Amino acid sequence: MAGILVFIEQRNSDIRKASLQALSQARRLAGGEVAAVLVGSGVAGAAPGLGAYGAAKAYVADDPNLALYSAEGYAEAVAKAAAATSPEAILFAGTAMGRDLAPRVAAKLGVGALADVVSLERDGDRLVARRPVYSGKAFATVDAGGHTPQVVTLRPNVFAAEETGGVAEVVTLDGLALAIRAVVKELVDTGGGEIDVAEADIIVSGGRGLKGPENFALIRSLAEALGGAVGASRAAVDAGWIAHKHQVGQTGKVVSPSLYIAAGISGAIQHLAGMSSSKVIVAINKDPDAPIFKIADYGIVGDLFAVIPPMVEEVKKLAG
Amino acid sequence: MNCIVCVTSVPDTASVIKIGPDGKKIDEGGIKWILSPFDEYALEAALQLTEAKGGEVTAVTYGPARAEAALRDCLARGAHQAVHVAGGEATLGDSFTIATVLAKAFAGRSYDLVLCGVKGVGTDCSQVGQMLAELLAIPHVANVTKLEVGDGSLTAGRDVEGGQERVECPLPALITCQKGLNEPRYAALKGIMAAKKKPVEKVEVASLGVTEGADPFYVVRSLELPPPASEGTIIKGEDDPAGAAAQLVNLLRSEAKAI
Repeated sequence: MAGILVFIEQRNSDIRKASLQALSQARRLAGGEVAAVLVGSGVAGAAPGLGAYGAAKAYVADDPNLALYSAEGYAEAVAKAAAATSPEAILFAGTAMGRDLAPRVAAKLGVGALADVVSLERDGDRLVARRPVYSGKAFATVDAGGHTPQVVTLRPNVFAAEETGGVAEVVTLDGLALAIRAVVKELVDTGGGEIDVAEADIIVSGGRGLKGPENFALIRSLAEALGGAVGASRAAVDAGWIAHKHQVGQTGKVVSPSLYIAAGISGAIQHLAGMSSSKVIVAINKDPDAPIFKIADYGIVGDLFAVIPPMVEEVKKLAG
Repeated sequence: MNCIVCVTSVPDTASVIKIGPDGKKIDEGGIKWILSPFDEYALEAALQLTEAKGGEVTAVTYGPARAEAALRDCLARGAHQAVHVAGGEATLGDSFTIATVLAKAFAGRSYDLVLCGVKGVGTDCSQVGQMLAELLAIPHVANVTKLEVGDGSLTAGRDVEGGQERVECPLPALITCQKGLNEPRYAALKGIMAAKKKPVEKVEVASLGVTEGADPFYVVRSLELPPPASEGTIIKGEDDPAGAAAQLVNLLRSEAKAI
């Protein structure tokens, strides 16, 4: 039976957690062998350890020209690994890189792709995926129409990574025809050490109720105390209070952290669409009729300026 | 500098989504259709480029009759030409078939830059741009929030987790545009009136050699609404905010086990 190939994302040889989640999901689903493909420069040392998450083989494309991400170069490497393994499916973590690479690989192989999948099961020889559509206002259950390989990107932090032990056999991918035209010249750190909302396990978001940009300091203090990221509503972003990369919602990022705290956000349908799949939702708002309370697991009806500072103190007490 | 902008018509983001009678599509009753919000950034970038460097902007859509409104919106904002590939009901969400249709519709058209929105709001696949670039055998940069176009090449800033990649790329190329790239213009009344008179070129999807639904790469088995949220624990915090804060943190710790 055909196996499953998993693209493994790394930055400076650090394997992304979301890729290990994809690898574990492949192991749970595979009828045949699970293989990994690791692409980069000087990354081969990280390959054998992929066995611990279920990879029997790890295909490695190691080339100085692949040190920084390139859709064209990485697609060539993944396609080479696919040619070597003839997999029934290729899984990618749904990160910025995976979401960019998977469709390019799929088109190169002449197939479609299923994006941002939150559940993946087997039905005979087809994989059946559940994915949010309309930013989570609905969920579609879909398959790839019987075409193989079935290319799928998995939403990060939804599938569990499971360490089972084992060492992957390393296979070097040779003879790559690298024709890289779009060249990443540098990766600029714009995060300033902050956690990105797309990756965060805890998010504290602020909205119009903050009344001004300076009051995001309050949101930041709670996020820092919780070890989380700072999010924002569209209203706060459009007012210029905070950069767009913080925006959660239908025209921002769609997130599903373990804990989402919305302070001073009334809960426009576009915002709810972007965060309603969070595991635990907390609302802090002075308007008891704010729509955000309808989907909140916990809430405080009150003035966020009076509620958040003691919350920060309470959280610090727990940590101390 | 000739630009092709790929656009799509989607339900207004304020829409309440209901499931249609077949259980596979949304109920379109009462839905207002708009130009997908991310396509506005793509169109604006193309308009600014052609205003600075000359050339024409062609807006292309693949969709049912209502998609013509999205093209009229593009024309009203300044696009020079519009192409409507009629169809698309059976291929909603099928990124590869959509990219295949668009690639075929591009045959014989000259372009230096193809621009797409980062995703179509609704199916949320975020894949057509990359697939189209592969089928056109041109490079792409996705999720662009910064763009400079020079002679025969572009430099783009692409947002990734915690950072931005600075990408250099020769033309022709394709980019997918993210919020933050520019501030899209509104259509002025004069533009709206003029757009009504501009022709929209119609292309039948069958004439491109594609039979819709014959060989799908994305099959919807069912469409469901998310389960309704259960009633939460709401604490009244007007009189004793500090007490409410302590109670909430305690619940998050002991009951929800979220912190």
